[in-house]
Amino acid sequence: MNDVSVLIGGKAGDGINSAGAMVARLLGRMGYQIYLYFDYPSLIRGGHNFAVIRGAETSIGTCHENVDFLLALNQETVQRHRDQLNPGASIVFNADLVKGEGQGVPVTSILHEEQAPAIMGNSALIGGFAKSAGIPWETVESVFRSQIPRGIDQNLKVARRAYDQLATVNPIESYNRPGLPLLSGNEAIGLGLARGGLEAYVSYPMTPSSSLLHFLAEEKEKLGLTVVHPENEIAVVLMALGFAYAGKRSAVGTSGGGFCLMTEGLSLAGMAELPLVFVVSQRTGPSTGLPTYTGQTELQFVLHAGQGEFPRLIVAPGDAEEALYWSAVAMNTAWKFQVPAFILPDKTLSEGTYSVGNDRIPPVKREDPVAVDLGYRYKRYADNPTGISPLEYPGAKDAAVKVNSYAHDDAGFTTEEAEMVDLMTRKRLRKWEGLIMEMEKYPVVNSSGPAGARTAILCWGSTKGACREVAGNLGLKLVQPVVLSPFPMTALNAALDGVKTVICVEENATAQLATLAGMHGITIHKKILKYDGRPFTYESLLARVQEALS
Amino acid sequence: MTGRTLITDIQNTWCPGCGNFSIQHTLKNILADLEKEGRSLDDVVLVSGIGCHAKIADYLNINSFYSLHGRTIPVATGIKLANPRLTVICCCGDGDCYAEGLDHLLFAAKRNLDITVVVHNNRVYGLTTGQYTPTSPLGFRGKSTPLGTEEFPFNPLELMLASGATYVARGYTKKMDQLKSLIRGGIDHHGFSFIDTLQICATFFPAADYYTPRVYDLADHDPARFMDACTRAREWDYNGDAKIPLGVFYRARFPTFDDRMAQKEMDQDHRDAAVGAILASRT
Repeated sequence: MNDVSVLIGGKAGDGINSAGAMVARLLGRMGYQIYLYFDYPSLIRGGHNFAVIRGAETSIGTCHENVDFLLALNQETVQRHRDQLNPGASIVFNADLVKGEGQGVPVTSILHEEQAPAIMGNSALIGGFAKSAGIPWETVESVFRSQIPRGIDQNLKVARRAYDQLATVNPIESYNRPGLPLLSGNEAIGLGLARGGLEAYVSYPMTPSSSLLHFLAEEKEKLGLTVVHPENEIAVVLMALGFAYAGKRSAVGTSGGGFCLMTEGLSLAGMAELPLVFVVSQRTGPSTGLPTYTGQTELQFVLHAGQGEFPRLIVAPGDAEEALYWSAVAMNTAWKFQVPAFILPDKTLSEGTYSVGNDRIPPVKREDPVAVDLGYRYKRYADNPTGISPLEYPGAKDAAVKVNSYAHDDAGFTTEEAEMVDLMTRKRLRKWEGLIMEMEKYPVVNSSGPAGARTAILCWGSTKGACREVAGNLGLKLVQPVVLSPFPMTALNAALDGVKTVICVEENATAQLATLAGMHGITIHKKILKYDGRPFTYESLLARVQEALS
Repeated sequence: MTGRTLITDIQNTWCPGCGNFSIQHTLKNILADLEKEGRSLDDVVLVSGIGCHAKIADYLNINSFYSLHGRTIPVATGIKLANPRLTVICCCGDGDCYAEGLDHLLFAAKRNLDITVVVHNNRVYGLTTGQYTPTSPLGFRGKSTPLGTEEFPFNPLELMLASGATYVARGYTKKMDQLKSLIRGGIDHHGFSFIDTLQICATFFPAADYYTPRVYDLADHDPARFMDACTRAREWDYNGDAKIPLGVFYRARFPTFDDRMAQKEMDQDHRDAAVGAILASRT
């Protein structure tokens, strides 16, 4: 078996997410590349949670509809997912709570024999799964030792008892290669921002962005960060702009609802020419919507948010490797052009876990502006052919560094003079032109598939995972713009050269990328849209694409 | 000493008789004193909101962030956390930071952030041509309330005392010597300093005849005593006919947010190495 899917389910509070992470590590150590999808309702206790962990030989970013292993912590898991079993699938379950066919693990008696607390019950299930899949005990022990901070010996004893009691019924292949690091999309964004020089992260909790706040707060000492959780999203964006004005690279994170409150700050960033990275992780809207489910509904929002006209960079990475790379690029570019930049993931990417090959990620080096030391002659908005003014911060000798939300002159003083307003508007828009040229240096559009393919799937963001596999198996071209502003006209036209039929796949109801592409003269022939909060699986997308092709 | 000219050559557009002139003059004198004492004005930042008060950012020739209506304080928070060496002064309006941005004011006091907040409290919206603010008296007739307001004003001193401010003062633009000592005291105070400054709006609320006979100095008051500060802050409720005490109501030393949040600078090579180490730990 070289494409393995495991579903682990239980009720909220059962630790499904961390148990799923253990299964992912086990498969990772067997040399598989991983994608983990975590499905949970917006509540703290009760309700049904499940994680699907898939391992494959090559890089993946989507799940199958059916699974080869079902790990059930409760009866509901069996009931809900029994129709999703592949032939020969193995069911490993807590025999105290679940009635059914398969491999029961007597969790209560194991815990009793080891005098272990109830919280270690998942270790028994994982031990049982490992044996069922034929994963060597040494691998189990090594993953436990790296993952469990406390009570490791007792956890291992619990896992071992279950391991010894079960049989290997569904052996999985080992690739005999070192496991790759596993990162959630949000962790990848955090590390990418750090690579781009992040010094301050400011955020108010909102799913699915919160795990980025948690990750950076946890790692702030190692990464040399200030992490602030202020009173609301309005304070978030204004504080971050304060950091930027004082010369510190900052980012903010939220979802659509929180971003609504940030739009006045976004417009200020545009007018005051302050660099700032916005991470807007999309979930199902409108309004509170489905807080813990996915959507690709904010592309048009972030494209147009904020009053007035100013340049902005928008990148929508498709997986964790792209998230790491493009987050660093976004930070660097924001500072190079003194513009706001967006990273636009969704719940699927933010909270999904991926194998990350660091050597597959192009290097990004932080680039710093050179101090100009002009003293009292310093002008914060000095005009020049690029429109990018020399950057100084308060503390610069003899300078008055003045930034302003009003229309201003080159020194930052408020003005209402028509000529100056005209000049400064053109200065800001000149940065747009520079940004378009700058982005030509980057792989702004991913494309793959046969050179002569007449049909292409066009997608953006996390749907890349499902689209890439479907396109690959149907012999179609896959075209995925990563940069969405400035719109990558040249690269996109090149990628679509010779294509007669473009099928646009999006997880929204109004085809936002198709609309954007249409505005730039690209014809979309068919649209495949999904807006129930659940991401496409390989099979669900395959069926829709085949339908579109017929 | 830089020999910096403290006032810019930008044309001043405050109305004749506006109380903002007094605040600007006071700040200019304080800046000149700081420079004479050997402190560099390169390290001073002025943050203003939007409103008549905020034009001060154009008029004073120092680092400034002319921000949004109500948003002086979050901007100042970011600046102070980014570079704690900077002296950060917020000039806010009463509509600005008691209405649009009240939450930020309360939180900055709660955090005891080491900044100085000067509220240009003229108790009316001037730049939008005369509407009531959170500190306008009950019955105030403004353009949005032609028959008079139906709500009592806030007492901002009480709000600040309840929220954790560690320097709470009230000044008056017609008492400039005192105002200077109050603002300077706030700048020198290590913690969150708040100076509510009663200010005349020459056009929409020329209240000098109301303030001048009522104001008096808090001479017999120990600002270290919190309960006394609360009592004295309640002598005048920004509404009725009472004597109006001016001076420092409360002063206390507590650890500041910026001290607690201090983060060691890290160069990018170390940060890149830390990214690599985190990645390596995830197999």
